[in-house]
Amino acid sequence: MKILVPVKRVIDYNVKVRVKADGTGVDLANVKMSMNPFDEIAVEEAMRLKEAGKATEVVAVSCGLTACQETLRTAMAIGADRSILVETDVELQPLAVAKLLAAVAKKEAPQLIILGKQAIDDDANQTGQMLAALLGWSQATFASKVVIGEGKATVTREVDGGLETIEISLPAIVTTDLRLNEPRYATLPNIMKAKKKPLEVLKPADLGVDVTPRLATVTVTEPPKRSAGIKVADVAALVDKLKNEAKVIA
Amino acid sequence: MSLLVIAEHDNAVLKTATLNAVTAAAKIGGEIHILVAGAACGAVAEQAAKVAGVSKVRVADAAHYGDQTAENLAALIVANASGYSHILAPATSNGKNTLPRVAALLDVAQISEIISVVDADTFVRPIYAGNALATVKSSDATKVITVRTTGFDAAANSGGSAAVEALAASADLGQSKLLGRELTKSARPELGAAKIIVSGGRGMGSGENYHKVLEPLADKLGAAMGASRAAVDAGFVPNDYQVGQTGKIVAPQLYIAIGISGAIQHLAGMKDSKVIVAINKDPDAPIFQVADYGLVADLFTVVPELTAAL
Repeated sequence: MKILVPVKRVIDYNVKVRVKADGTGVDLANVKMSMNPFDEIAVEEAMRLKEAGKATEVVAVSCGLTACQETLRTAMAIGADRSILVETDVELQPLAVAKLLAAVAKKEAPQLIILGKQAIDDDANQTGQMLAALLGWSQATFASKVVIGEGKATVTREVDGGLETIEISLPAIVTTDLRLNEPRYATLPNIMKAKKKPLEVLKPADLGVDVTPRLATVTVTEPPKRSAGIKVADVAALVDKLKNEAKVIA
Repeated sequence: MSLLVIAEHDNAVLKTATLNAVTAAAKIGGEIHILVAGAACGAVAEQAAKVAGVSKVRVADAAHYGDQTAENLAALIVANASGYSHILAPATSNGKNTLPRVAALLDVAQISEIISVVDADTFVRPIYAGNALATVKSSDATKVITVRTTGFDAAANSGGSAAVEALAASADLGQSKLLGRELTKSARPELGAAKIIVSGGRGMGSGENYHKVLEPLADKLGAAMGASRAAVDAGFVPNDYQVGQTGKIVAPQLYIAIGISGAIQHLAGMKDSKVIVAINKDPDAPIFQVADYGLVADLFTVVPELTAAL
């Protein structure tokens, strides 16, 4: 079974985000970029399935700027066998990415596509579900456990009230939640090996996909700042403030 | 203009999150319909019909909608989407699971987790874990939207008298099947709807401490209990306790953060709370930068003191 793992290049999760003064977006100049953390979990899960003999090949895919090649090299350093970049300078929104991935999936015919549940930049949480819809496949989002069976998968999902386990028919889409696994670190020899693995570059036009954005960003602003309050000396002072100043407890 | 709100429910009770989505729909303006898809969900339809401002409730009652699987739900919504300018659902795990599928089938963008409505095409949504707010304008014919419940008050659940109409079920796609649920049973209020939340972090040290120290306080306050990602990852409490960028987004009247350092991913989930109290022994913990009242102290000493003082 072949597994496709889409990965996104995003601002590193440790970077403090700054909104640009002109309100057009956030400042990405000279900022450290990394693989979206949920996508790392997706690559790791695919590798574990391969190591367990459930998968034969793991293919990483990314859509976006030329620089996404770095993200694909990271995926291959973790263990992906090869990768595909759908290269474009156009701002890609989730529907466009899902269409590009659907076109790649039709060429590659994987049985399973594992994606991060959301990217930490736009926090959209859409691409996996959209891809499932476009392919007409079943989906298991927010996965914390994946077990592959004959023509089906059993997936435990993190939902509002706790956990839910569903059985889905393959081919299928799985999106990862935080507790699915702990991604490994790429070792230096594997980073070196990844440089020699195949990386194919396509254009959206090669896949016949229109990637024109559907949403226009009018402005990006700073959220209202919450100012630090006061430190209280002890429990008695805290209770007094909550009762008499904030009036949030009786 | 008509808007369709997808009901969040468990086949017996209409969840409050639906009421927040109805308020978002009312801000956009137009005739509001609620879609209830479920199995033996007549009681939910009755509750939906009483929601203020709703003119029609459309009910698809069939066994294959009982578990709210995304494939069947999305197909049903798409089959009944014509005539609606906006399709909204609360940004619950169900809403987030199903609505992008609807959007893709309609070939439109989804606008995720809106926190305010500018006009019928323009919405504000947080990005980068709430460190920036994007105002986005849609050029699609149908706007598919998930609503962050903390951004909108709940519509009144009484006073309405909507007509209830039965919808034909779509075929069962049979692509996914629920095997089981392990839902946390608790007599406490739900995190999303609680007025007071007591939340614990890594500083609790263990699951045993979490329960021993925080439960009496939560009991005294009638509070819901939450946790930081660190506490969930460490196995102190189940995943549904998690507050943060990828957990639950909450905005109670009072949020008491105990032994939580305040990573930006956690702040993203609670910084719109009306009053924040932080108890932490590290005076430099980032949580103090957003707390109205900070107490630098050993939680194992002061939390029992606080419980006793209330």
